[in-house]
Amino acid sequence: MGLEEKLPSGVLLTTVEGVAGYMRKASFWPATFGLACCAIEMMTTGGPKYDLARFGMEVFRASPRQADLMIVAGRVSQKMAPVLRQIYDQMPDPKWVLAMGVCASSGGMFNNYAIVQGVDHVVPVDMYLPGCPPRPEMLIDAILKLHDQVQHTKLGANRQSEIVDLETSALKALPTSQMKGLMR
Amino acid sequence: MSDRTQDPAQDPHLPVPQEDQDASTTVEAMGVREGMFGVRGTGDTSGYGGLVKTTLFPGASRRPYGGWFDEVADALEARLGATDLDGAIERVVIDRGEITFHVRAQDLPFVAQMFRDDEALRFELCSGVSGVHYVGDTDRELHAVYHLLSMTHNRRVRLEVGVPDADPHIPSIVSIYPTNDWHERETYDMFGIVFDGHPALTRILMPDDWPGHPQRKDYPLGGIPVEYKGGSIPPPDQRRSYN
Amino acid sequence: MASSTDETPTDYYASGSETSDGRVFTVTGQDWDSITAGLGGLDDVEERVVVNMGPQHPSTHGVLRLILELEGETVTVARCGIGYLHTGIEKNMEYRSWVQGVTFCTRMDYLAPFFNEAAYVLSVERLLGIEGDIPEKASVMRVLLMELNRISSHLVCIATGGMEIGALTVMTIGFRERELVLDLFELITGLRMNHAFFRPGGVAQDLPPGALDEIRGFVALMKKRLPEYADLCNANPIFKGRLVDVGHLDLAGCLALGLTGPVLRSTGYPWDLRKTQPYCGYETYDFDVQTWDTADSYGRFRVRLAEMWESLKIIEQAADRLARLEGGPVMVADKKIAWPSQLAIGSDGMGNSLDHIRHIMGESMEALIHHFKLVTEGFRVPPGQAYVPIESPRGELGAHVVSDGGTRPLRAHFRDPSFTNLQATSVMSEGGMVADVIVAIASIDPVMGGVDR
Repeated sequence: MGLEEKLPSGVLLTTVEGVAGYMRKASFWPATFGLACCAIEMMTTGGPKYDLARFGMEVFRASPRQADLMIVAGRVSQKMAPVLRQIYDQMPDPKWVLAMGVCASSGGMFNNYAIVQGVDHVVPVDMYLPGCPPRPEMLIDAILKLHDQVQHTKLGANRQSEIVDLETSALKALPTSQMKGLMR
Repeated sequence: MSDRTQDPAQDPHLPVPQEDQDASTTVEAMGVREGMFGVRGTGDTSGYGGLVKTTLFPGASRRPYGGWFDEVADALEARLGATDLDGAIERVVIDRGEITFHVRAQDLPFVAQMFRDDEALRFELCSGVSGVHYVGDTDRELHAVYHLLSMTHNRRVRLEVGVPDADPHIPSIVSIYPTNDWHERETYDMFGIVFDGHPALTRILMPDDWPGHPQRKDYPLGGIPVEYKGGSIPPPDQRRSYN
Repeated sequence: MASSTDETPTDYYASGSETSDGRVFTVTGQDWDSITAGLGGLDDVEERVVVNMGPQHPSTHGVLRLILELEGETVTVARCGIGYLHTGIEKNMEYRSWVQGVTFCTRMDYLAPFFNEAAYVLSVERLLGIEGDIPEKASVMRVLLMELNRISSHLVCIATGGMEIGALTVMTIGFRERELVLDLFELITGLRMNHAFFRPGGVAQDLPPGALDEIRGFVALMKKRLPEYADLCNANPIFKGRLVDVGHLDLAGCLALGLTGPVLRSTGYPWDLRKTQPYCGYETYDFDVQTWDTADSYGRFRVRLAEMWESLKIIEQAADRLARLEGGPVMVADKKIAWPSQLAIGSDGMGNSLDHIRHIMGESMEALIHHFKLVTEGFRVPPGQAYVPIESPRGELGAHVVSDGGTRPLRAHFRDPSFTNLQATSVMSEGGMVADVIVAIASIDPVMGGVDR
């Protein structure tokens, strides 16, 4: 996991984006937003067997002002949704959201009046992690994929054009309900 | 399945509630089930959609009840008789080893106090209130079910109160069993049963300004269709189902 | 909470908003001076300070909102705001068959999923009238899994309680032990949490080979690990200083507020439903009811620690019985109720075992019909209602299940112990200090999934 293994061979110089990306991902502090069963799996991921500390993420910041990542772990009820949005708003940029579990990703098995059907109705989500609850290894996998995403995020003007590219491709993308013929 | 109220004596399709010759129980019709396998409407060629069956709940039991039930009923009757409240207990149902006292709504606080204080009864712990919405039980749609536990005698009984939809008021027993504070708030929140005399009857589970009472049968489940690649599945209460 | 939707200030969190109770400020770490500057003259400043803790807070055991009125460090009024995790599970169960209800109710009290399942399944079995027909192996497996769950739940209580008062080592070792229990669960049921393993009529699968050795190995290891908690905490002066005489609630208070479980047993009253109103064959196991007599948080901690030892005893006895019951059925004999399928790991993952497929497709038409009818429609339960309470790690957990003769519950209500126990927060906290509120709630051990359902 050492930085030296990731650099182009022999060269210690890297672009500023690479350094910034590495700094951000290597000490990625989650905000405590454990709600239900997924929160327990998140706590065990921070525990001794599946140690999140090796990724620099052991400190679950209680104050969202000091956090980078909001892991929405659990089902978000109608009463909790404004609180979720307020915590998200209190986080400083740059911030990421990981929707842990099916309840956070899409409402899960609770397709009813009480649960927000996916936290992307409330906050923009960068990583969706299915599972009910997802195993700690699955959570670590999602976090590492998010680390990749963070590592490769661009800065400054490159970031603006990256955002424009992402948005145009999302606008032109085929809607899910029209992705037919995939089973053949 | 749909439920509609029927007078069992008049509808020729419905079976007449039977009374066993030697058992001491009756049955009570509360609503009707129509159809089977979730088949509905004109597309039904199987004929199952035309099935009609009355829902028969266990009805009033007759004395002797058996076991310690008689002791409890005697003690309660003695107390009620002493205060001229014999009509407070509408029905006693013994079913599956459990005894249920159907209590008249306005007499509930007195009955609950007797259950707690009388030496032979001594039901110290109330396990809470549960609301049930029986759509087919005209004029008694909303039931509040209280489970009482006697630790001294190691027994359990159930008190059930039925109130109509149009006037869903039940006197609160928080002054007798303080544990019912949140339970009554929850039953109010979910069913709309107003507990008169409760110190602070507000919503507890839903947001404070939520309209409607979610666990009533006329409140929809509230799901949304789920989008998949190339299709969408309707929410659970609107899907094709086999039951 | 201050409604920031009433007006649209430029900075949501610095200026106060007028409410019917006076000015409300959302304090989120900015300069205290900016708030006092906005207070205006001294006339409209009252003595009391209302502090809102949660619902997002590291030490409120999930999404619990505490509204505290403070006078200095002393709490004068403490109220709980709940409902932030209300999932509508009970209403969802009315739209699912009886067996599918197990997967929903298991997620209520997510630290003790087997207990939710057991309460529901026992009520359904009482309604079906098959209470006496449950095979012995199924009952023994239920007891085994429930006691393992009791250990894992108490470990989480002790771990998170320790974390909240700053004893982080207790948290680390608590979760380390809990992993051992979760490994056992995964071996037996396939999942670490939220198992849906108990079904009306028995349990879903038989024990896999090698499970008994793992269980015995676990028991032996726990006997060496449990004393660590006692060594770390029991005589620890800081631990005792934080827990002794905090959250005091005597027997009369417990009964009036309907509290059961370790809180009631910490007052000295040995009320345990496994002894007084046994179910699943608990009357045949040899174990003691653990009590303490100080009725405070320290007593509840000692009761939980002792209960873990008793659970180990029960697990040993259950493992011995399972060794004798090798090859016995785990589902009721009535094929019109018993869940038909058996799962196995195949070449493409987990699915119906090939033996079962061969049986229903090739050997028995009745089995195919039963499988089809039970999986699509489900069995019908005769009309009536039942309430079966069991002793969960937090107290009396009961399922009040009403059937109208159909394939779905008419009503399934769960009397959750955390919901009732949490009502004692006000009584335990008022008059004490803010830090004691945390300890008192930790000693009640609420699980918000059960509170809000």
